[in-house]
Amino acid sequence: MLAGLTIDALAARFRGGEATPSDAARDYLARIEALDPGIRAFMTVTRDVALAQAAEADARFKAGAPRGPLDGVPIALKDLFCTRGIRTACGSKILERFVPPYDATVYQRLRAAGAVLLGKLNMDEFAMGSSTENSAYFTTRNPWDLDRVPGGSSGGSSAALAAGLAAASLGTDTGGSIRQPAAFCGVVGLKPTYGRVSRYGLVAFASSLDQAGPFTKTVADTARVLQVIAGADPMDSTAAVVPVPDYLAALGGGVNGLRIGIPREYFIDGMDPEVERAVRAVVEVLRGLGARTEEVSLPHTEYGLAAYYLIGPAEASSNLARYDGVKYGLRVSGGRDLVEMSSKTRAAGFGREVKRRIMLGTYALSAGYYDAYYGQAQRVRTLVARDFKAAFERVDAIVAPTTPGVAFKVGEKEDPLQMYLNDVFTVPVSLAGLPGISVPAGFTLQGLPIGVQVIARAYDEPTVLRVAHAYEQATDWHTRKPTLEAAPR
Amino acid sequence: MSADGPKRPDREAVSVDTGYETVIGLEVHAHLLTRTKMFCGCATTFGAAPNTQTCPVCQGMPGSLPVINRRAVEFGIRAALAIGCRVNLQNRFARKHYYYPDMPKNYQISQYEEPLAVHGSVEIVVGGVTRTIGVERLHLEEDVGKLLHEGELATARSSQVDYNRAGVPLMEIVSRPDLRSPEEAGAYLRTLRAIVVFLGVCDGNMEEGSLRCDANISLRKRAVATLGTKVEIKNLNSFRHVQHALEYEVRRQAQALDAGERIVQETRLWDPERLRTVSMRSKEFAHDYRYFPEPDLPPLDLPAPWVEEIRAGQPELPAARRRRFVEAHGLTAYEAELLCQGRGLADYFEAAVRAHPRPKVVANWVLNELLRELPGDDDRAIAACPIPPASLAGLLALIDDGTISGKIAKDVFEKMYRSGEDARTIVAREGLTQMADAGTLGAVVDRVLSAHPQVIEDWRGGKKAALGFLVGQVMKETQGKANPALVNRLLGEKLPKL
Repeated sequence: MLAGLTIDALAARFRGGEATPSDAARDYLARIEALDPGIRAFMTVTRDVALAQAAEADARFKAGAPRGPLDGVPIALKDLFCTRGIRTACGSKILERFVPPYDATVYQRLRAAGAVLLGKLNMDEFAMGSSTENSAYFTTRNPWDLDRVPGGSSGGSSAALAAGLAAASLGTDTGGSIRQPAAFCGVVGLKPTYGRVSRYGLVAFASSLDQAGPFTKTVADTARVLQVIAGADPMDSTAAVVPVPDYLAALGGGVNGLRIGIPREYFIDGMDPEVERAVRAVVEVLRGLGARTEEVSLPHTEYGLAAYYLIGPAEASSNLARYDGVKYGLRVSGGRDLVEMSSKTRAAGFGREVKRRIMLGTYALSAGYYDAYYGQAQRVRTLVARDFKAAFERVDAIVAPTTPGVAFKVGEKEDPLQMYLNDVFTVPVSLAGLPGISVPAGFTLQGLPIGVQVIARAYDEPTVLRVAHAYEQATDWHTRKPTLEAAPR
Repeated sequence: MSADGPKRPDREAVSVDTGYETVIGLEVHAHLLTRTKMFCGCATTFGAAPNTQTCPVCQGMPGSLPVINRRAVEFGIRAALAIGCRVNLQNRFARKHYYYPDMPKNYQISQYEEPLAVHGSVEIVVGGVTRTIGVERLHLEEDVGKLLHEGELATARSSQVDYNRAGVPLMEIVSRPDLRSPEEAGAYLRTLRAIVVFLGVCDGNMEEGSLRCDANISLRKRAVATLGTKVEIKNLNSFRHVQHALEYEVRRQAQALDAGERIVQETRLWDPERLRTVSMRSKEFAHDYRYFPEPDLPPLDLPAPWVEEIRAGQPELPAARRRRFVEAHGLTAYEAELLCQGRGLADYFEAAVRAHPRPKVVANWVLNELLRELPGDDDRAIAACPIPPASLAGLLALIDDGTISGKIAKDVFEKMYRSGEDARTIVAREGLTQMADAGTLGAVVDRVLSAHPQVIEDWRGGKKAALGFLVGQVMKETQGKANPALVNRLLGEKLPKL
């Protein structure tokens, strides 16, 4: 059984000749076929592509010239990374038939490293949501409890990892869309610094916040994937020209003597006491490993959510203006003129949440309201970023709960505001553009995963990974796997 | 000074018949002459087959991102410096939203609150009066695509979009409302065109849409400080259209005001067929463009040394060159203006003068003979000119040394233009060398004199025009090759002796 192994273990088998990339691809494809009907992580399974790419990797190993630690490793992508010739629907009906003519930069980089594409993963429509319930196609289930959501918007990416349906996956995080589903599914999920990873070829939601990052079984695997996807890109002016350090080498440092802050504002009324207890326990583990922990304050935390729900929708209303039925994707015909054709297309092609945010964002940018809404939100954003800056003058890393609660039941949160509250601990980090990782930090009595978040300064992914790795190595949460049965066909 | 159109001595006099003062501001859009588009690597060549110069970025594909074309920024700075603007070392792009199918993203990447440059001016001369027209701002943006309708717009069965033009770099130069007449507007546009053409940042071709213009115009009672309600006029794609549309609008608004009507703030379209402006949309339906800073592009930080480097490398501008042509070469202001419409033509003139240092003569030949043959006076036409400046100089040298007459030279010039050969080759092959030796020519003169005794009698009788007839006869006998000065001298010597 190769499916479910870490990248590290898989690569060792390939190198040792005990298994080939084709063996791994076939094994994963078989597992997807058996288990995904119950989990529904995949939008598209790219069987032929995977087998062809795996065969190429086989040849490289046979020739003794593999491309590196990801060569032959089966991966899957959230369905908003453009893949040439492979439908990229972004969870939306409006892109149901959209087949991109080009590859996202991160997919190009993964391909250049030899990774094998198993398929495209389900998500909330245009990455707007925290459960995949906003997917226009279907809701992905949490492998730990099929009645529950996997989190979102990258819920397909987290569920696929938890169920062992890919060795690594990529998601995107705008306000928590990698970290929250990672926490809900008990896997590792990293949102890199804004600017660390190219956004070229990611169907945009909120351009100043969107950032791609990996889901993996272990922190070391996250370092391996980040190593490949990070770095400047001539196609993305916001991907910074900042040197990419050796992330795997950064893991070894340990936390002895490291100053770690615990933000007072991240333990709020109404949060799940089991989550709070788990996170306090994490702090104890880190102290046991030699870290110096102290309480820090991020006073503008409570305004982060409001600012986020203005900036995100404002940028989305602009980014989504292009879906008008003229060029690609859905077109509803029968309109009297262009305006009616576009209106009908957008009415039919966008779901409720997307429409809600387009309206919110359009309003926030309107003449006469711009300064009160968008302008004010940008000022709050500055204050939130300043909070972190001040805290990082005293500490090297911040440890906090990823979410106030654990995976909820499908259909449980019908009120959009209730849903938005999921993001309360992840949004400030996004607004500040900082790197944040969620790692497994235990389980509730019901057996649902709990995540803890590690945050550091901009471009200090090495410290994020180092703290997360030290904690992971001191615990065994990451080795637990959900019990899954093949769904009846 | 304008090359065509009526001259008005008084800049205030345009609305004499109406009693109103005209206030005009122009927004000029110029395609920058970069090889690639504003935010992607696609070619900008005009006239390619539809949608062959596109990519995911300029088609607005999901996931695509813009990257700023450094050359376009450089061209923008060049123009900004030439019109005395202050370059904002930090400036940024913004998104301007409106739905139209020629715009792939349904927003245009432009500049709003922080443009590339602000506060410049352009000097214009109308009727001998020089005026300084303020420039509010200069910013960069991307052009949109083109809609091609099957039939007429109103009844078209289908419309197609060509995105080749989408993303072509545009520079928008917004004047202050300092223009006081349609004629001044024309002069401003011409002056601005000459500047950008000289800088090599725009080809200035209005027919191909490389240079486009919108105008804001309002009328107010003389001596009233506040501005009247303005109307925006679009679709002004030639100098003629600009002037005609504004003249029409002055009349329309004056009549409306005289009749006690209120001017509606609106956008009007110039209809060049019917020679009138028609209402497009009123301000009540005006777009809310919902500008906000483009999050896909970091603010543009221009290194000050780079801007200084560009300033140091600025070519001589049309105004300075015109002045030099007048002062150093002794040309008239009018000749200098005509020669400085484009850099190519001015360069051509100067190169020819270097090889043949008689500027007046060279200017005459360039403005009369060369421009008659060339399809235009733009740089493209000059670059394709079959007579290089050195060849023109060679031809003029043949006149000076008496090898050919000025009249023959014009024929030789036409032949040079068609064949690309130099003057000497043509003159030698066709035996056009002037008869300049007194012996040979004297024999011809004698023949002509003996053939026309009556004319000689007339001359003796005081009819001086008879001399011209005799000169003409000699020229005819020699197929124009006789040196006219020598013919005159010989006749002058021989006639009194007869």
